[in-house]
Amino acid sequence: MSDAKKFMYINRKAPYGTIYAWESLEVVLIGAAFDQEVSLAFVDDGVYQLMKGQDTTEVGIKNFSPTYAALGDYDVNKIYIEKESLEARGLTLDDLQHLVWEDEDEDWAEKDSIRVVTSAELAEIFEQQDITLSF
Amino acid sequence: MAAIEVDGKSFEVDEEGYLEDLTTWVPEIAGVMAKLDDAELTDAHWEVINFLREYYEEYQIAPAVRVLTKAIGKKLGKDKGNSKYLYELFPYGPGKQACKYAGLPKPTGCV
Repeated sequence: MSDAKKFMYINRKAPYGTIYAWESLEVVLIGAAFDQEVSLAFVDDGVYQLMKGQDTTEVGIKNFSPTYAALGDYDVNKIYIEKESLEARGLTLDDLQHLVWEDEDEDWAEKDSIRVVTSAELAEIFEQQDITLSF
Repeated sequence: MAAIEVDGKSFEVDEEGYLEDLTTWVPEIAGVMAKLDDAELTDAHWEVINFLREYYEEYQIAPAVRVLTKAIGKKLGKDKGNSKYLYELFPYGPGKQACKYAGLPKPTGCV
């Protein structure tokens, strides 16, 4: 793992108005096959991507929100939500999917993947990354 | 557009043989696709195919081979959750071949 790079995928847009959210998720899933250290951040309207109870029947696009729950299987378990973005939209953590991962070393114990962080904390996390991709 | 015949019905497939519309899938399709690959489906194959369909139903994606292997190991036991076992069942690649029979798209990340 010594040459693993830290990848940060920043998601800024609402899920269905553009292709960015789905493209980002696909890149994350593909990239996760390469044993890198992957983190995701959801800021601005990007927090809507993780909303519970999405229904896309009226817009005629596949509802890909269930796919976020597979991230744990792909060893993607560092998911940061910006606190200010949530609050500005009147949302709380309860409005979002509960994403978990299973720790194989601890008999598949379920652990939370999502961490709510302030903008200042997120800036520090961004600082530690090798590669940042913004969607 | 290519198509395969199953019990007198025609199902559209893409140039690599994947079903175009996964909602039209019936179990018999898997058998016909396997025959085209000179393979015969056993209960062991069906365990994997059914697992993939359940995975897709829940997460809306076909899992990468690594994820599939780990998940099979957890659900069906360590003796099945390894590449050797899965490649013996699906020599063209457990992701690609089993997903095809299951009527799913090619796994995300498979090129």
